[in-house]
Amino acid sequence: MSFPYVHELETRTLLSEYQGKKDARTLKSWRDEGGYQRVRKAIDMSPDTITDVVKESGLRGRGGAGFPTGLKWSFMPKEDGKPHYLCCNADESEPGAFKDREIIRWTPHLLIEGCLIGARAIGAEHVYIYVRGEFFEDTQHLNKAVVEAYEAGFVGSNIMGSTWSCDITIHTGAGAYIAGEETGLMNSLMGNRAEPWAKPPFPAQAGAFGMPTTVNNVETLSTVPGIIEHGSEWYRQWGSEKSPGTKLWSCSGHLVRPGNYEIALGVPLRDIIFDVCGGTPSGKPVKAVIPGGSSTAFLSAAELDCATTYEGMQEVGSSLGTASPIVMDEDTDIVRAMRRIAQFYAHESCGQCVQCREGTSWIVRILQKIESGDGRLRDIDTLYDLCEQMTGRTICVLADSVVFPLKSSLDKFRAEYEAKMTSDKVAVG
Amino acid sequence: MSNGEHQNTVTLTVDGVDVTVPEGTRVIEAAERVGVVVPRYCYHPGIPTRPAQCRMCLVEVEGRPKLEPSCTLQAEDGMVVLTASKTAEDARQAVIEFLLVNHPLDCPICDAAGQCMLQDFAYVTNQLESRMDEPKQIMGRDRISDDILYFADRCIICTRCVRFMRDVAHDDALIVAERGHKSYIDTFPGRELNNPFQGNIVDVCPVGALVHEDFVFKARAWDMDATASVCPGCSTGCNVTIDTKENQIVRMKPRHNSKVNSYWMCDYGRKHLVMTNRGVRAEVPMIRDGDKLRATDWETAISWVARQMEIVGHETGSAVISPQMSNEDLSLLWSLLNWLQIEKVEFQVSSGETASLPSVPKLKLRADRAPNAFGLELFGAERVQHLSSETPESPLVVMGDLLQDAPEKFGMGASFFLYLGTRLPEAARNAHAILPVVTFAEMDGTFTNFEGRVQRFHQALNPPGIARPGWMVLSRILAELGTGDVISDVRSAFDHLVKNEQAFEGLSWDGIGLKGAPVRGGHEEVKNLVPS
Repeated sequence: MSFPYVHELETRTLLSEYQGKKDARTLKSWRDEGGYQRVRKAIDMSPDTITDVVKESGLRGRGGAGFPTGLKWSFMPKEDGKPHYLCCNADESEPGAFKDREIIRWTPHLLIEGCLIGARAIGAEHVYIYVRGEFFEDTQHLNKAVVEAYEAGFVGSNIMGSTWSCDITIHTGAGAYIAGEETGLMNSLMGNRAEPWAKPPFPAQAGAFGMPTTVNNVETLSTVPGIIEHGSEWYRQWGSEKSPGTKLWSCSGHLVRPGNYEIALGVPLRDIIFDVCGGTPSGKPVKAVIPGGSSTAFLSAAELDCATTYEGMQEVGSSLGTASPIVMDEDTDIVRAMRRIAQFYAHESCGQCVQCREGTSWIVRILQKIESGDGRLRDIDTLYDLCEQMTGRTICVLADSVVFPLKSSLDKFRAEYEAKMTSDKVAVG
Repeated sequence: MSNGEHQNTVTLTVDGVDVTVPEGTRVIEAAERVGVVVPRYCYHPGIPTRPAQCRMCLVEVEGRPKLEPSCTLQAEDGMVVLTASKTAEDARQAVIEFLLVNHPLDCPICDAAGQCMLQDFAYVTNQLESRMDEPKQIMGRDRISDDILYFADRCIICTRCVRFMRDVAHDDALIVAERGHKSYIDTFPGRELNNPFQGNIVDVCPVGALVHEDFVFKARAWDMDATASVCPGCSTGCNVTIDTKENQIVRMKPRHNSKVNSYWMCDYGRKHLVMTNRGVRAEVPMIRDGDKLRATDWETAISWVARQMEIVGHETGSAVISPQMSNEDLSLLWSLLNWLQIEKVEFQVSSGETASLPSVPKLKLRADRAPNAFGLELFGAERVQHLSSETPESPLVVMGDLLQDAPEKFGMGASFFLYLGTRLPEAARNAHAILPVVTFAEMDGTFTNFEGRVQRFHQALNPPGIARPGWMVLSRILAELGTGDVISDVRSAFDHLVKNEQAFEGLSWDGIGLKGAPVRGGHEEVKNLVPS
């Protein structure tokens, strides 16, 4: 198997065309491939037109929530006299997701183009790329690319001889999942603890440094140059009405060929797992899949025929999230897997909201107890109740993020939990 | 509204009661107006930042899918708020259960027990049992400054202390360290908590996580009596509550007064006041008997003093007054000085370093370390740097504790030396009569603060021995001299003040209430009354 491995189901056009090709990192070869022409085009367009094109394309935020990007941009106030900021969220920390890193590593200029076009659309003259601290090597590539772009006059003042100026600053985080939440990210950017703030104020009203700000994911922004180049109709050739376009899939877990694949939205999840990734290495059946990164609900083997669209995933009670399926084969201990996921969220909770701070660690302790065989049936009821109490009651959705996998694992794999409880203790409980 | 500006209002319904509030009011405050106290932890009216992070004040708003934090939710016209709907109550109970997951439940040895918002709301929400049977997380305790202890296990990370320091005191010394369930309060690496207003973090702590070391394990909430008072530490006159136990002051806490100290007080005042307990006190009247001073009863002492005064007669003399005396004391004293025709009245104020709380401009630890220097100035006393050490052969009246450092022979030459004080300094032995009076904590009265605000304080302690309030003693002497009635209650003493000193005109004991009132209608006028 050669790298990059390309499967027939893949659509390597928009995001991953140059992944695996080292030369694409340099400005010279990026320009040879037509790079920065899209920025030129965007400069000639009015900000509203850019927003409209992205709106028409139906592009949805790739950071997990799937909020329409064009609509988000349109929330930014116009001609308010304040500086606007674009924050590029490169704090990719969702367990299972490793798509943004690949974009930064292979095609930093694609991201810079996306940032510039996005900034142009929202009237920002400064872009902050908030990169996860652990992405050390990738940040170096990005740094190099930004320097090159500055030197070539593609970033900075009077870009490409126009009257438009835009700066890019790369800011590395110190490694916190919660810095990937948009208000947490902005707090961290401003030098505070990465703690999400209660909205309002929304970022478009008062975000980074108190100014109107838009936060977009790396993949979202990297999709924009293609849309600007070819138009919204071209982008809509892939995917469904509500979920158009292609998406990078970070596939991991018990797979023959784990990795990143750019696939048009709408392909059945089963095909991604079994065709593109080649199924489980052991050949054993799949027991469960977490389709969109660890904060999405478990899917059982019976639910794998769902369409990989935002709405298709919702139909089976999960969500597309960051499109990062973690595949678990028959031998997987669901309770153990869930305990590990819960530990992650307990570790990453910022500690502001009581439900999240105490709830996540309590869940871990209950799961540890069940895992060690000391659990009782009533613990399952307690877990269900904690799920109830931790949903929609907190500033951000970190608490909800542990509830989705926990509740779905209880719903779908309750027998596994009960099997951990030895019969005499169950009788007592 | 007070300056007549038009202000938009909104009308909302809180638990079925309509309430009209100015635009921009938060629901938690609108609810208070109709007597609904929404349980809260991170919200504190004196701290400007509202992170909405304790999730305790979540309320249901009709037509909204999620519960909303009432501390940040702006009141809107027509909003229907349900603070105690089933969903809201369930969420609140869950928050308490979550808070108690790692809480040590060491109420029997916790200094906050009985005054703990975690206890209160656990009862309110009926969260009396926990489903938690896994082991608790143990954090231990720490010393967060040289006089404040931090019990991390009890801490509910409401961050009031951190935000008081950062947003009220503008001092970044405190932080939340670590993250999630491992969070705790600490000083910033390399920084020390060393702020003149840091004691307030203990007051804002809703639980027993932050405790003053000099209070720890000293008194249970239900053993203490609370008395409204005024801090005598400096001329600001912070409103305070004195907590006493077995006739000892054990703690001072600031009492809210938006016109003076907001919700805060300084550490100097907090500690200074506790010190008023200490030392040897003058407990019985003493009159001169040859070379010696002889203890006696009040009746004998007062008639003896009056007789002596009649003997020296209306002779010009001098008086030295402490700025620790109440307005009522001064009023009666001036009546006596007038009778004696004493016009030279001096006072001395000890001074110290100042400190200010940036977000409350009025609240300062002021250089004048006395509560009533302004009152003395209103009466026309003269501020001096040093007391005259030479005493001419004329009557001398000393009132208050200002002879600690006086020369040994102070007042020896006086034709009649009357000393009214709470203590017995060496120089007082030269007096012809020592009349024991009480401290501000042992009586009711008023002080006039630096900007002319007359504020009431109340009796927190029983006086030692048979010491009595200065105004009471003075009124007896005046009655004995035949120039006034015996005054036995503070209202009458205050009336005497209002009648005799024009600056206090129009004030009444009940009228000034617990928040005080400015002399002569306003602070601006005061400037004209007192020569600068």
